[in-house]
Amino acid sequence: MAQFRIPGPLRRLSDGQVTVPVEAADLASAIEALDARYPGFRDRLLDENGELRQFVNVYLNDEDVRLGSGLQEKVGADDEISIVPAVAGGVS
Amino acid sequence: MSKVVGLRCRECGAEYELQATHVCEMCFGPLDAVYDMAVMKNLVKRERIESGPKSMWRYRDLLPVEDSVNVVTLGEGFTPLVKADRLGAELGLTNLYLKNDSMNPTNSFKDRVVSVAISWARAHGFETIACASTGNLANAVAAYAARAGLECFVFIPVDLEPAKVAAISVFDPNLVAVRGNYDEVNRLCSQLVESTPWAFCNINIRPFYAEGSKTLTFETAEQLGWKLPDEIIIPIASGCQFVRHRQAARELIEYGLVRSDRVPAFTGAQALGCSPVYNAFISDTPDRVLPVKPNTIARSIAIGNPSDGVYVNRIARETGGVVEAVTEEEIVDAMRLLARTEGIFTETAGGVTIGVLTKLARAGRWKGDEVVVAYVTGHGLKTADVLASANGHARRVEIEPTMKSFREKVTI
Repeated sequence: MAQFRIPGPLRRLSDGQVTVPVEAADLASAIEALDARYPGFRDRLLDENGELRQFVNVYLNDEDVRLGSGLQEKVGADDEISIVPAVAGGVS
Repeated sequence: MSKVVGLRCRECGAEYELQATHVCEMCFGPLDAVYDMAVMKNLVKRERIESGPKSMWRYRDLLPVEDSVNVVTLGEGFTPLVKADRLGAELGLTNLYLKNDSMNPTNSFKDRVVSVAISWARAHGFETIACASTGNLANAVAAYAARAGLECFVFIPVDLEPAKVAAISVFDPNLVAVRGNYDEVNRLCSQLVESTPWAFCNINIRPFYAEGSKTLTFETAEQLGWKLPDEIIIPIASGCQFVRHRQAARELIEYGLVRSDRVPAFTGAQALGCSPVYNAFISDTPDRVLPVKPNTIARSIAIGNPSDGVYVNRIARETGGVVEAVTEEEIVDAMRLLARTEGIFTETAGGVTIGVLTKLARAGRWKGDEVVVAYVTGHGLKTADVLASANGHARRVEIEPTMKSFREKVTI
C-alpha cells in the first residue's frame, strides 16, 4: 500500500502516526482514503473547490505533484506521499 | 512590558503563543508576529529612532526583540540611499533612488533578517542556527552564528556559485551540500525542522526573521526625510520581504513617523527563468501561483515554489504596483548599466531589479518626477562569474610595458 507521511502540525489528526498506509489509485482517492481513516484531512489539504490548498505541498516520491498531474497523479503500491507545509526562504 | 504578544495566522486569524513555529495548524497559512499596539504606540517615536545606532537597530522598537535582549550584530543596515541622477537620466526619472543593501556586512540584504533571527533564537535558548539557502542567507547565517558563538548548519544546493561557497565556508559552519535545487533543499529542511532542536532562520523562526526586512523600508523613509516614495521595486524570490515592506509602510503611517497616509506602489521583479509570481500576475488567476523549475543566472532569487507569491500579487495590485520579469540578457545588461552609470556593482538579483526598473521606465510607466526607489539587495562579487562568461569587455586592450606600445594601441 502507498504510504502518507504526515507532518508535525497534522499528527494530532492521525493519532500521532507519522506514516499512514492507504489503498488508492490516484492522489485524489488517496486523500479520500486518508480522510476516511482519520477524518479532517480532506479539509486541511483541499480548499472549497476541491483543489490543493495554496500552503500545502504534496510530494509523490519526492516530486511536487503540482509540477505533474496534481490530484490526478497515479499512485502505486510502493509510493510515498509526503505532505509538507509551504515555507518561505531564499534571499528575497 | 513585552511588545510581542504572540503569533497570528495571516489566512484564518488563528492565534498562537510566542514560539518557534511558522505554520498555522488549522490552515497551514503563514504566522506573523503580533505586537501589543498600546505598548507600541507609546514606544515608537522619531526621536528615539534618530538617537539610535547608525545601523538597522535604530528601529529596534519596531522589531520583535525585547529591550533586555543582547542582540547579535555586525553593524547591518542603515545602508546608503543613493540619488541616482545618471541612471535616472538614462531612464527619464528625475527622482530615482537606489537603496544599496550590498553594503551590509556580508554584502546582502540577508544580514537584516539574520541579525533579528539569531538575536531572537539565542535569547530563546537555541544553541544551533540553521537555514536552507540559495547562498546569501547561508553566508549571513554562517557569519552571525560565528559572531554569536552558536553552532551552525547551512543547507545549500550542491551547484552553488564558487564565490558564494567560499564566502560561507570561511566562517566554518557545518555545510551540507544537497544534490538538488533550492526548492528541494528547502523541502528537506522543512522536514528536518520537526526532528531537530534547531532554529531554522527561514522556517520555524521565520515570523521573527521576516520582520528584519521591514528595516529596509524604515530606512528608506527616514533617508528621504521621513517620507514614503511613490514606488518601490523589489526582487521577488519567496516574496517574504515584499510582504514585510508593505507592512513597514503601514507601520510608518500608523505610528506617525511619516505624514503621508498613502503606502507606495510596490512592484516586484523576477527573472523570466524563474518567474512563478510574474506568470500568475499576468494570468487570469493571480491567486494561484504554480511552481516552476528554476533556470536562471539570478540564482539567489530562483525559488520555483514561492510561499508568499500570492501575497505579492495581492499587494502589487492593491498598491498600484506590478510584477514584471526580465530575460537573462536583460539581467546582465542591467548589471552593466548600473555599474556604468552609478558605480554600483550588484549581483544578478540586483540585475533583475534594475532590469525591471529599466523595462518599466522605457515602457513609459512613469511621468518622470515620481520618487522611485529600487532595492539593490546583493553585491556583484557574489556572481562575478556571469560577467566573465559574457561577451568580454569591449574597452579592454592588452599592451607591452612600453610607451611605444601604449601609443600604438590606446586611443586617448
